Amino acid sequence: MSSSTDPLRQTPLHALHLELGARMVPFAGYDMPVQYPSGVMAEHHHTRTGAGLFDVSHMGQLRLLGPDAAAALESLMPVDVIDLPVGKQRYGLLLNDAGGILDDLMFVNRDYQHNGDVFVIVNGACKVADLAHIEARIGSRCEVIACPELALLALQGPQAVTVMQRLAPGIEKLLFMSGGRFSVMSQAQGTHQQIDIFATRSGYTGEDGFELSVHEKKADALARLLLAQPEVKPIGLGARNSLRLEAGLCLYGNDLDTTTTPVEAGLTWAIQKVRRSGGARAGGFPGADIVLAQLAGGDSAPKRKRVGLKALERIPVREHTLLQDTAGHPVGEVSSGLLGPTINEPVAMAYVLTGCAGPGTRLNALVRGKLVPMEVVAMPFVPTRYHRG
Amino acid sequence: MAIKYTEDHEWLDVDAGSATVGITHHAQDALGDVVFVDLPEVGKHFDAKEVAGVVESVKAAADVYMPVSGEVTEVNEALRADPSLANSDPLGAGWFFKVKLSEPSQLDALMDDAAYGAFSANT
Repeated sequence: MSSSTDPLRQTPLHALHLELGARMVPFAGYDMPVQYPSGVMAEHHHTRTGAGLFDVSHMGQLRLLGPDAAAALESLMPVDVIDLPVGKQRYGLLLNDAGGILDDLMFVNRDYQHNGDVFVIVNGACKVADLAHIEARIGSRCEVIACPELALLALQGPQAVTVMQRLAPGIEKLLFMSGGRFSVMSQAQGTHQQIDIFATRSGYTGEDGFELSVHEKKADALARLLLAQPEVKPIGLGARNSLRLEAGLCLYGNDLDTTTTPVEAGLTWAIQKVRRSGGARAGGFPGADIVLAQLAGGDSAPKRKRVGLKALERIPVREHTLLQDTAGHPVGEVSSGLLGPTINEPVAMAYVLTGCAGPGTRLNALVRGKLVPMEVVAMPFVPTRYHRG
Repeated sequence: MAIKYTEDHEWLDVDAGSATVGITHHAQDALGDVVFVDLPEVGKHFDAKEVAGVVESVKAAADVYMPVSGEVTEVNEALRADPSLANSDPLGAGWFFKVKLSEPSQLDALMDDAAYGAFSANT
């Protein structure tokens, strides 16, 4: 499948995936499980009803250290990094000088010692370029430390909190988009070992859940301990994609790339007031003139916008499918699309001309020479169930 | 009754100048949970290797090729209504369409059970 000559990398859970009967595929340079024997559909439904365990160790984890770390990271994103309270997590966007999105990421203020400590999780396929970008732009202002020794597991679903509370009492007090250090006791093969984790209450499924950063040497023990809980089943990348699309969450490379700005992508909620025109720290990020002008609207408003679409016939409409208005004029293209297993309808994200972006707008998708009627709808497609307290 | 197989992982059950066509167990396993099928129009003629249908799972879409030239005489409406039949019974209730063969000699180029077993083990 992969034409690359580079050997695929393996996560610390690779042997476990094989043992569980996973079907492995190349993803972001890693040999990753796309599904386990129960299949994408069952895995998707399990995550919406129980607790699903995902190996997302291909993602990049890095730390920015030093008194200027938060301000330095803030200079790369249209996001309020400086005022994020200790222990809180936020969504961020690395931009290029044209306001295009280099990557989307999550960061946590871990400045417990008041020396400056920001923990960042970036996309696996972007992590090498992100690190180079961050070092080039702010490497003189803070220490930039890649953490390839860390694995990342996600436990997602309505029963995730039940499981985590059993293993790490107190973790249930975390609210959505916050994090902290916890210890889990593992008793595999009669030996006790303490597994230290950094957990955040967040994820990529629209469900309540946790992301668990753990040393690679403890990742296998932690995953086996989680899988030994009756609520937990392993979930592959296939269901991860259908879950995130139903939740209205963007996939970098499909729904976001260097040619899309945060305004086009409908991610203006990620740009806090303090970074907008008139704010105390307005601008000062790459592409600020373009992004702030797009936000102001008028002649500078973007020509296209990301929207959610539902097909009105039971026909999946996939990425790169062209879209027309009802008069037959081209208006855009699907960026992600599939039959959503929970909503049980074909759903998609697309970029369309702003005149066609209003909810209720009827469009046609050109699928194998036939027109499939679609309607612009608000996202998420499936209500999110984050634990906001 | 002779089952033949193509390199694109379709099967044909040939009976007196007609054939029932579906996708193999190997094909449905590789696709995963099938959520959608697009079936050809009844009465339409296809040449061998033309795209005659589509089968989609949550994670992928694949074309279904006409294995041999001929005219579509019937499509499986039960499969259209319940695409998961392609997973649960790919060689039976999950059949796709029936075709009246216009060049039955094309069957000679297709694989038999043993040959397909060896072929699919290596793909």
